[in-house]
This record gives sequence, C-alpha cells and structure tokens, in this order.
Amino acid sequence: MCARCAEHLFEEFQVEMAVVRAAGVFSKFATNKYPSLSGHASRSLSVSSSLTARTHVSYELKDDVAVIRLNDPTAKVNTLTWQLQSELMAVMEEIWANGAVKGAVLISSKPGNFLAGADIKIIQSANSSEEATGFSRQVQKQLEKFEKSPIPIVAAIHGLCLGGGLELAIACQYRIATKSKNTFLGTPEVKLGLLPGLGGTQRLPKLVGLPEALDMMLTGRNISADRAKKMGLVHQLVDPLGPGTKPAEERTIEYLEEVAVGVAKGIANKQVPLTKEKSLMQKLQDTVMGLGQVRKMIYKTASEKVQKQTKGLYPAPVKIIESVKTGLEHGTKAGYLAESENFGKLTVTSEANALIGLYHGQVTCKKNHFGTPEKDVKRLAILGAGLMGAGIAQVSVHKGLTAILKDTTEESISRGHEQVYKSLNTKVKKRALTSFERDVTMSNLSVQLDYSGFQSADIVIEAVSEDINIKHKVLKEVEAIISPHCIFASNTSTLPIKDIAAASKHPEKVIGMHYFSPVDKMPLLEIITTDETSKDTLASAVSVGLKQGKVIIVVRDSPGFYANRCIFQTMAEAIILLQEGAGPKKLDSLMTSFGYPIGPVSLSDEVGLDIAAHVAENLTKAFGVEGGHSAHTILSDLSERGFKGRKSGKGIYLYEDGTKDRSVNPEAEEILKKYKVAAPPAVSSDSDRQYRVVSRFVNEAVLCLQEGILRNPVEGDIGAVFGCGFPPFHGGPFRFVDSMGAERLVSIMRRFEDVYGNRFTPCQLLLDHAQDPSKKFH
Amino acid sequence: METYYVSSLWCVPRHFFDQLGETDQSNCLFCRGSAVWSRVSEPLHIYIYIFVCCYINVLLNIEYSLFLNDIIEDDKECFSLSVSGARSLSMTAQLQAQVQTKSKKTLARPGVKNIVLVEGVRTPFLLSGTTYADLMPHDLARAALQGLLHRTGLPKDAVDYIIYGTVIQEVKTSNVAREAALGAGFSDKIPAHTVTMACISSNQAMTSAVGLIAAGQCDSVVAGGVEFMSDVPIRHSRKMRKTMLSLNRAKTLGQRLSLIGSIRLAHLSPELPAVAEFSTAETMGHSADRLAAAFGVSRIEQDEFAVRSHTLAKQAQDAGLLQDVISFKVPGRDIVSKDNGIRPSSMEQMGKLKPAFVKPHGTVTAANSSFLTDGASAALIMSEEKALAMGYKPKAYLRDFVYVSQDPKDQLLLGPTYGTPKVLERAGLTMSDIDVFEFHEAFAGQIMANMKALDSDWFGQTYLGRKSKVGAPPMEKFNLWGGSLSLGHPFGATGCRLVTTVAHRLQKEGGQYGLVAACAAGGQGHAMVIEAYPQ
Repeated sequence: MCARCAEHLFEEFQVEMAVVRAAGVFSKFATNKYPSLSGHASRSLSVSSSLTARTHVSYELKDDVAVIRLNDPTAKVNTLTWQLQSELMAVMEEIWANGAVKGAVLISSKPGNFLAGADIKIIQSANSSEEATGFSRQVQKQLEKFEKSPIPIVAAIHGLCLGGGLELAIACQYRIATKSKNTFLGTPEVKLGLLPGLGGTQRLPKLVGLPEALDMMLTGRNISADRAKKMGLVHQLVDPLGPGTKPAEERTIEYLEEVAVGVAKGIANKQVPLTKEKSLMQKLQDTVMGLGQVRKMIYKTASEKVQKQTKGLYPAPVKIIESVKTGLEHGTKAGYLAESENFGKLTVTSEANALIGLYHGQVTCKKNHFGTPEKDVKRLAILGAGLMGAGIAQVSVHKGLTAILKDTTEESISRGHEQVYKSLNTKVKKRALTSFERDVTMSNLSVQLDYSGFQSADIVIEAVSEDINIKHKVLKEVEAIISPHCIFASNTSTLPIKDIAAASKHPEKVIGMHYFSPVDKMPLLEIITTDETSKDTLASAVSVGLKQGKVIIVVRDSPGFYANRCIFQTMAEAIILLQEGAGPKKLDSLMTSFGYPIGPVSLSDEVGLDIAAHVAENLTKAFGVEGGHSAHTILSDLSERGFKGRKSGKGIYLYEDGTKDRSVNPEAEEILKKYKVAAPPAVSSDSDRQYRVVSRFVNEAVLCLQEGILRNPVEGDIGAVFGCGFPPFHGGPFRFVDSMGAERLVSIMRRFEDVYGNRFTPCQLLLDHAQDPSKKFH
Repeated sequence: METYYVSSLWCVPRHFFDQLGETDQSNCLFCRGSAVWSRVSEPLHIYIYIFVCCYINVLLNIEYSLFLNDIIEDDKECFSLSVSGARSLSMTAQLQAQVQTKSKKTLARPGVKNIVLVEGVRTPFLLSGTTYADLMPHDLARAALQGLLHRTGLPKDAVDYIIYGTVIQEVKTSNVAREAALGAGFSDKIPAHTVTMACISSNQAMTSAVGLIAAGQCDSVVAGGVEFMSDVPIRHSRKMRKTMLSLNRAKTLGQRLSLIGSIRLAHLSPELPAVAEFSTAETMGHSADRLAAAFGVSRIEQDEFAVRSHTLAKQAQDAGLLQDVISFKVPGRDIVSKDNGIRPSSMEQMGKLKPAFVKPHGTVTAANSSFLTDGASAALIMSEEKALAMGYKPKAYLRDFVYVSQDPKDQLLLGPTYGTPKVLERAGLTMSDIDVFEFHEAFAGQIMANMKALDSDWFGQTYLGRKSKVGAPPMEKFNLWGGSLSLGHPFGATGCRLVTTVAHRLQKEGGQYGLVAACAAGGQGHAMVIEAYPQ
C-alpha cells in the first residue's frame, strides 16, 4: 500500500512547506565532502594574527582592499556561531579604524559554502523567547553597522548562502555570486518553524520587492545564482572555472576573490555604480508597491494562502508576514523590533522544536551507520519496469549509477524507458539539466527483456508483482546468473523478506528495500533486514540508497515493516469511521485539519482500493481481526464492484476530468451503508475521531520500537513524516508523544478502549512512559 | 500580462510600435532607423501585421545574410585600430640566430613509408564580408586547387584522391571537395570527399591523405580546407520549417490558410549558427575567457600576445615570407594577393576594448581573438618515391601525428597541451629537439593558457599522467610569422597553413624538426611532427 501511497501526498507536502522539501537544502549539510582549503588561511598575511589568535575569521590587505575570509575550522560548513560573529565584528572594527582601507571583500575559504545560516545550536540553547530575541537584536545591530559601513563591503558568494548567511550578505553593499550549480541563496528558516530574524524580513522586501521577498521567505526555496541575478538579489555573476594550474574549486574561489577585489576598488573609485538604473517595468512596480492599498492586498492574499495551506497549524509564516508588514507600514525601527520579538516567540514553539528535530533526524538518516561495503556498488539490475522499477532506475542513473531495467514484455520496458526519459526531459525543460547531460544520463540505462549483463550486476532489486510465487521464481532465475557478491533486494511492500529469502541459496544476500512512490520525489527508503542478512549486505544496500539521495531508515523484518504497518492502522480506523457514518469528506477534512497532507479516504483512492484491500488482507492475517467486518472485507467489496480509486475513475469519490471538486460516489456510499454500525456517542466528537486515527498510528509506531522493529525513535519519526505523511510540525509519532505527554495519550486511548476493546490498548512501552513522565523518546 | 518581443525584420514602421508600447531604440538591420526589438504588450495587432509580413517574407525569401554582415561589421569596428604606434619587435636578430644547420638523426623508420609534403598553398585569408563576400565556398576551394596546380605544374589527372576539410557547410555543396575539384579542372575520375573536425578539419584531411598513402591505397593525394564565413546557412526556426514543409503538402486553400494561421511570433525568429558547443551550449569565446581565468592569464598578457602575433605577421608579410599565399582574381573584383586582417596596434588601443564574452570582468576581447575569416588552402602530399619519380623536390616529411580529446567544457581549447607530449613521445623527441613551433592561435588567452598548462607540474601530474611538466615552447621559436590571430582563421583551412608554414620555416631557418599543434571545438586537439627535407 504504502509503496504507492504517497504520490499525492508529496505534492501536498510541497505546497505545505513541510520539511520534506528541506531535504534538498539540508542534504547539502550532510553530504558536503570538500576538505577545507587550508592553503588560503596559511597563505594570507593575516594582519591580525599577532594581536589575537583568531580561528574563524582572518583578513589580509590586497592593495587598499581588505579581504575577509570566513572559515570555521571545527565544521565542514560555516555557520554564524558566537565565535564567528565576534571575530567578524572584531575584524570589521579593525578595518573600519584603518583609514588606508578603501573597501572590503567578504568571502568564505570553504569551497561548498559561503555561510550556511545561523547556528542552530544557538537557537536550541535559548532558554526563553527573550534570550532568542536578544540574540536577534544583537546581530541586527551588528548588521546595521555593515549596512552603514563607510567603505563598500562586497560579499563574494560561492556555494550555500542561506538564512543568516544571506542576511549578512544583503547587509553588504554589493553581492557577487558564482554561477556554480552549488550556489544557492535563500531563507529556509520557515522550514524550521522560524523566521529570518537577522534583518531578513526588513531588508529583503526592499531589495527584491514585496511579492518576491514574501515568496522567498514563506516557501524557504533555494534561489539559484541566475535567478538571484534576475531578481536583483545579487549584482554580478562569475562563471565557475575549470582546472588550471590548481584544482578547479580552489581556482574558482581565487577568481571570485580577484573579481570581487576589482569591484570593491571600482566602488571606492566610483567607477562601479551601486544602483542600477531601473527599467520601466521596475519603476512601474515600485510605483504600484508604493500604494498602501496594493500592499494591503498583497498581505491579505499571502495570509489567505498561508491559512489555506497550513490550516493555521504553522505559526512561522504568519509571523513572517506580520514582521514584513510592520517594517513597511510602521517604519524600519518598528520592523526590526517586530522581527526580533517574533523570532524569539517562534524559537520556543513546539512546532519549531519538532521541525528542527526532523532536520537533525534527517541528517542522521543520510549517513551510513553500517560501515563501508566491501565492494563499491556501481551496477544495478532492476526487475520489473513498472512505476516503481522505472522510478528506482531513474534515481539511480541520475546519480551516476548504471542500471539495467528488465521486464517481460516490450511494451513494459518501453513504458519504463519513457518514464525515465520524461522525468529527465522535464528537468531539461526547466533548465536544471542540459539536453546533453540528459543523453549522457540516459546512456547509463539499458532496458531489456533478457538477463544479459546480470552477471556483472552488484545488486538486483526486484519490483515485480506482489505474489510470493513470482518473487520466488525470479529469485531463482536471477541467482542462477548473478555473481556471488551480488545482493538481491526486494521492493515488496508487505511480503516478509524472510519468506522471500526462503527460496534463496544465499539468504545472507537477501534484503528488503522499500521505496515510496513516486520514487524520484519521495525521499524515504525503508531497508529491511532479516536475521540472516549479513552486515555487508546491509552496508551495501544503505550505500546504494544514499547514492540515490534517499533518507534511510533500517527496520527489522515484520509484516508491513514499519511504515505500512502504521498506515494500516490509520486506514483500518478510517474504514470503521466510515461505517459509523462519519462521511468521507468530513473524515478527510478532519484529518487534514489535524495536519495530515491528505485525508485517509483520498489516500485510499489514490493508492487504489484493490491494492489497499490486498495489503489489508495480508496484515489482517498477520495481526488478527478486530471486531465486526474487517477493513479487508469492505475494501474488497468496493474494489470488486469496480471502484478501485482514482485509476478507475470511481472509488469512494468520483473522479471526473476537468473538475477538481470531487463528489462522493453514491454507489460506494450504498456499499458502506451495508456495513453500517452505530456510532457510539461517547467517542464520536470531531476531536475523538481525530485521536482515534492518530492514536492507533502512534501506538503502533511505539509498538514497533518496543518489538525492536525500529532501531530508535529518530528513525521512527523520520519514517512516519517522510513515508506516511505524519504531520511534520508534530515532528513524528515519538516527538508527538513527548510533547503531548504519554499519560494524556494513554488516558485518551483508555477511553476508546472502554468502547472498542483491545485495538486501543496502549502498548507496554507507551504505558511505561505514561507512568514515568521523566521518560522521553528524545 | 505576458510581454512579447517582436523583431522588426520586416521593417515594421516605427510609429506602429510607438502606439502600442515601449520601444527600444536600436537600428534595424535592414532599413536602419526604425526599431528592431520592441516590446509590446498587446500581441493581437502585431499578430495580424506579422502574418502578412511573414507570408510576404516566405514568398520573397528575404536574404538573411544581411544579418550576418551586420555582425561582421561590428567585429571589423573592433579591429579598425590604426596602425600607428605599433610596437616593433626586432625580429631580424632572432631570425638570424635561428638559421643554423643542424644534423640530427632522421625520423625515417624501416618498413614505414616516407610521406612528403610537396607543396602547400592558400588563398589570401580575408576578413569575412570583404572582397570574397559574394563567392561561395567551393569558389575559394577551387582557387586554392588551381593555385596548387599552377605552382606545381601537376598534371590534372596525376593525383589519386582529393580530400577537403570544412566546418560550416554550405548546404548546396555539402561535398565541397568534389565540387571544387571538378571546377578546378581535375579529372572527373578522381574521387573526392569532405571531412569535418572543427578547427582541425584540414589537419584531418592531411592525415587522411597520409593514411591512404601509408596503406598503399594511393601515391599522391591533394588535401586542403576551406571556410567561408561571409555567408552561413541561417535557418527558419524549427517550428517555422515544419509549417513550411507542411505547407508543401497542403492540398486545399483551407489547409494552407489554417497552416499560415498557425504561425506564431516565436516561429519567426531565425536560427543563427553559433560558434557554441552543442554539448555545453557555451560559446567558444566564453570558454576561452574561463580558460584564461583558470590559468590566471591576465588581460595584458593576452593583449601583448595578440600584438606580437600581428607585428610578426606584418613583418613576415612585408619580408615576403608568406610564400604559401597565391594571388586570386576574384570575379567582379580586383586581384587579391595579401591577407587583410593583419593590423598591429598599440597596447593602449588594445586596452580600450571591452570584454566580448564575459562581462564586465572578462579578459577576452575582439582584438585578442581570431576573427571570422574566409579562405582556402591546399597541399600536395605524396609518397617520397612518387614525388621524386615525378621530379619534385619535397618540402618536408610528414611524420608522427596524434589526435586527442578531453573535457569539452573546462578544457575545450587545451588540445595542444594534450597533443604535444603525446606526439613527441611517439616520435621519440623532446621539446628541445623541436626547432619550429606552429600552434593554432584561436585566442591569445587560449595560447597563454596552453603555455601555462605545459609549464605546470601540477597539471602534468594531474591531467597528463606525467611525473612533471612538459615544458612550454620557447617564444623565440614560436609562431614567428604570425598566427591565426593576425593572419586569420578560416576554420577548415587553418591546418594546412600551419603545416605548410612549418615546412617553409624549417627551410628558411634551417631547423630539422617542426611541431604543429591545434585545438578544436568539441574539446579535441591535434599535433604533428614535421621533419625538414634535406636541402
């Protein structure tokens, strides 16, 4: 079920500014592999070294321009730590005091990043909102000095310039960025439930205009260098260079510095103007934005959109609009004050806490904790060119692996090939890829009907139909060809891996790799080990997943593994609620207003009711039937009548082309009426209905931890948010229990248990936590 | 509201746009004076007007070449620096120092045929859009072939094969070798084919000839190259072409009208051939600028090298050293007998030019790049026995050669760096054995970058798989009679000029070995060792 469940889910996520998208941003933190360029620091005639031992910021004079270099020796990326801030300010004071200096260049010595943001530790360690406000005020004042600097400061940006980094850059007089693919500017604070608290909400609207600024801050999206130039966020672009008499990265930074020094001199000599003459369009836009009425309309539209997309569950976007508005309508002073106060308030919200937790969890799940595989995995072979198989092939070749995609009919391999091509071609159309890069990437994919080339594969991933006999058949066929080191991975969504491995001659080489659909968009990969799976097999599977850019959780074999097991609980309860007459639309809106990106009924339709029935059958068998008609019976009844969900045009809802507003399928309603049961009034309030769905999910997640299916709560949270659509602002089921209190959850569940019996019985681990409030998952 | 850009190729009256919206005041390429690029926010009126214009355009088949002329005009402006104040580098002393007889062992090998260059000629290389403007590519190639016949007295049926190199093909004469050979009066029994390998196309033609002779297939082959940049194929847009082709097939008036009605503004912009890499979409000048920056080549270094090239070319021209140039009576025009792109200028004048590709901080300008050139070359290549049997005195032996290729993005123009050590190794020679260097000068920045790459230990170790650097060619042996920067660079014809120049310089300076190296689009390169024929 879950293998396909999230297609829709993801799109919703996107709109919702959920942390899913932060994946892109933050992956950079985790995967930055550049060594620090120590050459720079040692070569610079550090003027200050004799005075104080500065470790993070150094500067040297090039003629009359001071080149200030940021380099945090304790981390792979520069962040605005206390140390860096204080050293930077000390350096600036020295430079400002030196009358011979006519200009300054601010640059990073680290190749992959300029300044990736404020230090999250500072925010997390703040004990109160006042403390965080104080931090914001202090940096605001420092950046004000930058803005009012008597000499021009040029920010030379290569790599990430995010959050606090961008706020520092826009306080400078001039910005030059490299056109590198790794250069991104942006304000991702909203993804952490925060706002740009270092002057960003005040300076950005003035720099790029109100609509663009709001868009940047409310979505937290990354802005490429080209786009930044068009928006007016940077003044000038520099091309990244190839290798010369030294490595490309090193020379590119030097070149950037040379150009920036030239510009700083130019500004000081008044040869380079700081402001470009505005085009008619810009002038027009400025005039329009000058009208209070227009601005009012923009605030209103933005607020409405935010409300619609967040259902009022995320406080940060509201505060961002509020801060921007205060600055523009009541003056800069009030604006900065509002910004820092709102920043303080946001840092202590549970939403920010949860989102920051997810960010950390994601960083953890993007590392291989199982060592380096004995043999580097380069060649994949994928069985089954369906949606999943082709999706796996796509993420593999896109990241430089080679893949064979095998199926049994020409039609299916042709479709699979087209799926991969189409996805790459879309990137070409969006100019994220050149047509040449697309062609080279496609050359790493081979689609075929036979097993040729399988003998040199390092891993075979099967994505054939969910039938144990077919799985056994292909496993045997493949094992006859593949080399001894080759791993056999199954992308099953419910079949136990040990049952599949039973047919294998090398069960230690068999593992589960459960991808989520659509594979190229869903960041999660659930890896399943059996008792027999070897450690190296696991390490290899994880390394493949990481190469494919996945966030990985590793779970033990069990029916439905982790993600699907939890979703099944949600679905089963949703069916019962439908039997009780909750009404599909009402139920969906109840759950979306709780924070789910998509309601359970719509989700079932998206997944396909036949598939849902199939999963329900497997899991019902495994976990036993709980009273009355099981979800399985009702789902199969629906799908047998041809109501298979969106793909058949009719499910519980009716799907008609051209209309977004879908109505409930009256025939499906008839069937549901057949199974109608009375709703017990004691547990049928809106809030109770929400908690019935959520508590079963959470209890199952905790049970998975108790049974040792999950290795730790962090992976449980990541899996639930990225795989099952658990509301991101709750941070996942475990953080949800922590913040809500296990005791409260248990007491709610006990109430349900009184009515429905053991399906609401809290698991032992949850009870332990309820008894001892000091016990926390995080 | 969407904004539409309208090209007034069709001389849309100025006031027409003024009524509709903002106008951008630049000159029309055709009628000079009315607006070219205009922004209009109301597309409907424009559509109606453009439909009519477009249809007329299709009917009249407007000469797009006017377009190119204008671009070339711009280029010329950049070059119209006055000759006064040129830095004169005294070359006489250097030249004299070079003329000394050397007695190194020959590269002849047992069992390997000696293949010789009997003669090499070229038409004068002219700036595009000048005297050759009304010709076609095969006219130029024919002139070179006739010059070769004239100079060698070769019987018109005495060659076995003819090969030509070219880059931008005239669609009417796609096998330009055959058209030129027939027109030059060669026997129609001599097969001819055309090769293309960007700027090393005529090198490829020559080495193909060497291959045919070495394999015993032929004894004497004419190889050459031609490029004609005064006229290049400019196409309708793909969508427009599709509509026009469908128009051919349309049977009824209704079908035709509906096809004409489907034409949109965007379909009307023509496709210009760009000197850009297909794989990276980067123009060569842009890549050269990045390459120069990667190797830390300064603007001054580039300008100095360009001035050197022009100065040396001028001296060589004045001293009558460019013997490979033949006179060519252009139909309807005067006799042309000199290259017309040689213009030595002062560093001050060079410094005034703005960067042409990377703005505003780039270093490659129009004056330190090679310019768009028309020209053709031809060479007679034979086995040594055949040449001697026919009573020729060969000019040089063509010895080892290599082709190399590398990253088309960041090392597009580093062919010479990769080719030089490889060909020297093949020939068993070292840098110091070489007396004459002729490198193709695409851009001054490209030459300087190659010099620095050859002189870098890090580059040698990292990219050439060597223990240390190759070493840069000494400047006193390097491109002493000018180069592509000053003489001009007709893409397909340059290779023959390089080889012939090496042969002539070896004779003049008394050296034994010469080295040709060139870069080419696609990130490819070529190098060849040439040995003087005993005098």
